[in-house]
Amino acid sequence: MNDRHLFRSAGFRFGAIYAVLLAISATALAVFLWWATAGLLDRQTEAAINADAQGLSERWADGGLPALIVTIEDRLAQNIDGDAIYFLADRSMRRLAGNLERWPPNVATSGPLFELQVMRAGVKSLANVQRFDLPGGFHLLVGRDVHVRAQLRGLLTDALLWAVLVVGLMATVGALVVRNLFRRTLANISATTAAIASGDLAQRVKLTGRGDEFDQVAEVINDMLERIGRLMDGVRQVSNAIAHDLRTPITRARTRLEDAALHAETPEDLRAAIERAMADLDGIAAIFQALLRIAEIEAGTRRSSFTRVDIAPLLAEVEDLYGALAEERDISLVVQVAAEVPAYGDKALIQQAIANLLDNAVKFSPPGGTVRLSASAAGKVSITVSDQGPGIPPAERAKATDRFYRGETARSTPGSGLGLSLVAAVAHLHGGELRLEDNKPGLRATLVLPSPEEIEARPAALQHKQDFIC
Amino acid sequence: MRILVVEDDKDVAGFVVRGLREAGHVVEHADNGRDGLFMAASESFDAVILDRMLPGGIDGLKILETLRGQKNAVPVLILSAMAEVDDRVKGLKAGSDDYLTKPFAFAELLARVEALNRRGKGEGPVTKLVVEDLELDLLSRQVKRAGQKIDLQPREFRLLEYLMRHAGQVVTRTMLLEGVWDYHFDPQTNVIDVHVSRLRQKVDKPFATGLIHTVRNAGYMLRAEQP
Repeated sequence: MNDRHLFRSAGFRFGAIYAVLLAISATALAVFLWWATAGLLDRQTEAAINADAQGLSERWADGGLPALIVTIEDRLAQNIDGDAIYFLADRSMRRLAGNLERWPPNVATSGPLFELQVMRAGVKSLANVQRFDLPGGFHLLVGRDVHVRAQLRGLLTDALLWAVLVVGLMATVGALVVRNLFRRTLANISATTAAIASGDLAQRVKLTGRGDEFDQVAEVINDMLERIGRLMDGVRQVSNAIAHDLRTPITRARTRLEDAALHAETPEDLRAAIERAMADLDGIAAIFQALLRIAEIEAGTRRSSFTRVDIAPLLAEVEDLYGALAEERDISLVVQVAAEVPAYGDKALIQQAIANLLDNAVKFSPPGGTVRLSASAAGKVSITVSDQGPGIPPAERAKATDRFYRGETARSTPGSGLGLSLVAAVAHLHGGELRLEDNKPGLRATLVLPSPEEIEARPAALQHKQDFIC
Repeated sequence: MRILVVEDDKDVAGFVVRGLREAGHVVEHADNGRDGLFMAASESFDAVILDRMLPGGIDGLKILETLRGQKNAVPVLILSAMAEVDDRVKGLKAGSDDYLTKPFAFAELLARVEALNRRGKGEGPVTKLVVEDLELDLLSRQVKRAGQKIDLQPREFRLLEYLMRHAGQVVTRTMLLEGVWDYHFDPQTNVIDVHVSRLRQKVDKPFATGLIHTVRNAGYMLRAEQP
């Protein structure tokens, strides 16, 4: 059970991979080292033997046996290192020249290189020798004493064996280190997700600040948590709101009906009470409708119908709709809109958002005040509606887009407290934002939307596959 | 009008049928999709009020698609609790002439159904609308009352045109918002009333009789003064 757990662990796997990779590279290095040292020496010996034999056979061809004997003795005399080995033998393997005492018995064929123990001047030694058969039944043995090289090879072998041990140790330690590093990096994420799974939604994955892949994953997870948190908050707000804010109109409607049922004396009274109760219920239905619409917008499904929209005519229409109302209330509506304000999004939603902002502005503006509606497309698209009403205190601005938020000053004004929530939801859907600022006096609300170019330059983030109909 | 109501909710159906009959219409009722489709396809109606979610395996959209597939152009109003924008778009795409979401006011439903009838009879190339002494010329875009020219803003002209096209019928505020401004949401403030009252200033005030009437709990109606 424990073993299986170990093999399944990605940390263990990464550690093992590290160890195997280290072992493979160390082996490759050892093989190369061997080939470059011991192997090279062997090859040099062989080449020297071959060159020697070549020279001797030329002497044999030139001057026959006497010349060969002289040459061998010359070469032995000149061999300062004392590593050359020659042996010239006649048909019955008797020595004619050379520095070996007798023909080594196991060198029976010509051609291959033999490695054998020889006795040289009474000392045991190791030699590489090759046999050449000469015409006339003579045998020539050419070789090199490789005693020193063998020692060197032994040293090298020892060193490499030790190296294997060290590499093994390093691989194990390294694997453990890799595994722990991996675990520690993941521990951050897994601790956070575990905390969230157990209900602590405020937890976030800590960033190391290195901006590496783990940080990227952490950021994505944090973004995801942010979004989930917002959605959860939304759900909580809505359920709280339903509990509190809808209770009032429902109670009112119920009271009216009950009161009418108990106390109405004429059919007219009854009818009037029923009508008022119906109006209350219509209000409740409208609130539900608005809540559902905001939820629909926040779900993001409307993105599939995004197209290029020119905001300018939209504003003209909204101005047309609210112009008369503003005039009626002695409010001057000043509109400053560029000839063309290209944006990318859902026309109806943007229109509704602007209408909501203007609705608020006209509603809260004092008589004689000025409401300004302006739009520009410098980089981002910004649509600003400013009024001279009571405004929203800075401390409450963050809450102003919450569902059912009603400013203290707005208690006496009709409204559901959902208007700005919808605007914020529309802004968010489009990848923009709703800014609420002080107009000194009044409120300046700016709906900022990304420009169409910006959205086109940003492929996956906002777009749906079929977004571009333009 | 001969109207078919396809609605499975007994209370809603009973209420709608009674209301429509009171308004002087002949009403048939089907409480499931299969009967609804059968009746709509085999009989001739002036309008069909269709619920979307119906028992009987055939939902409202299916009925509508089948009818349109048979080149049956009967005006259809979808009455549904499915209120999302996409639902509305789906309904209109399937060939419905109007879409009303539940909960609804009966006045709204009645006004819309009666407006359907008008639409169904075909708006030929009308160039001039006349109600009593009020004339609206669609080509020259001029409005005259009792021979006297009335200057209207373009939007006021369209508002009056809409009212005159539905002369004698109740027109709700939502219908005006949709028909004149192409808005598919309710503004929180009653902007429509302001527009209508401004139109009245120009069309009714200078004259002895008013043509634009407020219908309580419903909307407006443009009609000749009843004797």
